Amino acid sequence: MHRIHILIAMDAHTISQGARSIKDAMTRELALAGLANEVRVVETGSLGIYDKGVVLVVFPDAVYYVGVKMEDVTEIISEHLIKGRIVERLQYLDMPSGEAKAGDKSARVSKQIRVVLKNAGIIDPESIEEYIANDGYEALGKALTEMTPEQVMEEVKASAMQGRGGAFFPTGIKWGFAAREKSEEKYIICNADEGEPGTFKDRLILEGDPHAVIEGMALAGYAVGAHQGYVYIRGEYHMSIARMQRAIEQARQQGLLGKNIFSSSFSFDLDIREGAGAYICGEETALIESIEGKRGEPRNKPPFPPSVGLWGKPTIVNNVETLANVPQIILKGAKWYRSLGTENSPGTKVFTMVGNINNPGLIEVPMGITLREIIYDIGHGIPEGKGFLLAQLGGTTGGILTREHLDLPLAVDTLRNAGAGMGSGALLVVDDSQCLVDLVKTFVEFFVHESCGICTLCREGNGRLLELLERMTEGKGAAEDLHLMEELANAMMRGAFCGLGQAAPIPVLGCLRYFREEFEQHLQGTCRAGKCELHAANEAAA
Amino acid sequence: MHDLNKIDEIIQAYADTRTPLIYVLKDVQKEYGLLSDEILTRVAQKINIPLSEIYGVATFYSLFTTTAKGKHIVRCCNNAPCHVKGSKAVLDHIKSYLGLEMGETTPDGTFTLEFTSCLGLCAVAPVMMVDNEVYGNLTPEKAVAILKDYKMKGTSHA
Ligand SMILES: Cc1cc2nc3c(=O)[nH]c(=O)nc-3n(C[C@H](O)[C@H](O)[C@H](O)COP(=O)(O)O)c2cc1C
Ligand code: FES
Repeated sequence: MHRIHILIAMDAHTISQGARSIKDAMTRELALAGLANEVRVVETGSLGIYDKGVVLVVFPDAVYYVGVKMEDVTEIISEHLIKGRIVERLQYLDMPSGEAKAGDKSARVSKQIRVVLKNAGIIDPESIEEYIANDGYEALGKALTEMTPEQVMEEVKASAMQGRGGAFFPTGIKWGFAAREKSEEKYIICNADEGEPGTFKDRLILEGDPHAVIEGMALAGYAVGAHQGYVYIRGEYHMSIARMQRAIEQARQQGLLGKNIFSSSFSFDLDIREGAGAYICGEETALIESIEGKRGEPRNKPPFPPSVGLWGKPTIVNNVETLANVPQIILKGAKWYRSLGTENSPGTKVFTMVGNINNPGLIEVPMGITLREIIYDIGHGIPEGKGFLLAQLGGTTGGILTREHLDLPLAVDTLRNAGAGMGSGALLVVDDSQCLVDLVKTFVEFFVHESCGICTLCREGNGRLLELLERMTEGKGAAEDLHLMEELANAMMRGAFCGLGQAAPIPVLGCLRYFREEFEQHLQGTCRAGKCELHAANEAAA
Repeated sequence: MHDLNKIDEIIQAYADTRTPLIYVLKDVQKEYGLLSDEILTRVAQKINIPLSEIYGVATFYSLFTTTAKGKHIVRCCNNAPCHVKGSKAVLDHIKSYLGLEMGETTPDGTFTLEFTSCLGLCAVAPVMMVDNEVYGNLTPEKAVAILKDYKMKGTSHA
């Protein structure tokens, strides 16, 4: 029996900061100290602390250590594990998880609720036993033994959960479209192509709690009458692919995937499909084309995937976070789910906070929280005493929010009224030392790079926008350029073939709307921030 | 000239997979390092899909390459979250150290410099990826020091 567990966060962030070698050293040194039978080192998903180096937590004391270096390993063992004295030098007190010690009042804890992330960083994601010990697969068991497929669907409908992939379409209604199709062959696809800049929530869910996604997919399969699912994972996400593969195999071994699950007549199996590097494949019909082995170009809609999807069959495409919510809705009920968040946007939302912020990373908060609470309470504000310029919510296609929106409750309807959206849940915070025109150029460069090229408005439109912006930062802009940009952006929003081209101009128009004077200043030859090429050129000329 | 017989084995391995083209191309690229005309022609013959369609797929996805690249591929992220944390200065320093513009390969064939879209590591931005390894919290100096390491070791970290 192990007396102590050390959970070491093994996610792309900590691996890039040396977590693997720390884990190896820890295991080695424990063996040398004769503690191998007493202390167990377990890899876990992200612990919710990102830019603080290697992160680990010692249980049962729940002491978090950050910035752990090779030379600290023996100290942690000799001081904490052997003598019971916390190494305060490395201790992190602003714990992100709801598992914080009683009496802890830090904002990062009190404002967050963990539904989707309830297991991430707490259980060993490579162990199906630990998932099961935390109510895992109970929802599937309940559905298959006590509920009809219609009842499962009705529960999800009643929860009013909206899809977390960006469009916020009600999940239960989408399932209903596929359920009423008469077909022997239907598919459930989990969209894990996450490529929206600033977004890494789906990866951390997959890596931290893969079985929740599997269970959600099986429940979706039961509700709509599908027997096969695919998890489409971005090709660059090597660890997510490996963890998911392992989880699928474990679930098969336990009879939780495969034939006659829970001795019912329901059979369901899963396979992984890997992406090959194309942002547009996150769009559901492009994703389907990609699974079919083709170029990932979006299809014409309608027909929509719930009627005609993968290999022409009815198909549900849901986001990772959407599916990870499903087991708990079935287990705890729609009423419980609706008690979280706001009336029109129930539930929690997982955000990734990035950019100029002191405490970047993944958070889960109830819908309806304000931008100010996220940035200043949870995110600890902006570094180096700089001011807040803007936030972009939802990734590179997201709307622009400024100081006037700091107290707006963040929910699907309130954001829509403000001309923005929640999108992928990426929250980019930008401080006032940044050049706005340079920033907009970065947005547009992304679209030029990622446009699939089938429609002229997106391909040429983004290219022309970039030219205009480059002209501006080179000091060659003309007065009518702003007007031209607006005209072009509006034409793209109306006429582009898919969501990429239609959404690409949103941040451009947002910045033109709120920060027009900055563009005008560039046209007159000055850059407030002194960061773009215009500034460099002015310096050279002086 | 490559020994192209491996291609047949790879295709055979996916006999049970429905629409396996992308998987086949991934494995073929792993085997041969690139997807040349000669290689794609063989794939087309064996898998019974028109060459034009296969070529379309091979050129669509950024993880596929139809031309030879350096031993190490340096992929820099310059999306907005990395940008506001100073990725441009990092990129400029890398460019001048390697003497390359984006998409180019050093004359000795050691490095190819490319863009990557966001790798989802923005909490430790700015970020780059060398082969399959990711590096975060970069400064211009740190990035170049990492590349110097690769150059000295001369071995693949992948
Ligand atoms: C350009 C573009 C990129 C998208 N990328 C993603 C993505 O990476 N992940 C995702 O879940 N949905 C993405 N979507 C939305 C999907 O098309 C689809 O609406 C979603 O997967 C449905 O899942 P949900 O109902 O659970 O939200 C993207 C849409 C567009 C237009
Ligand atoms: S923006 Fe560079 S890793 Fe996300």
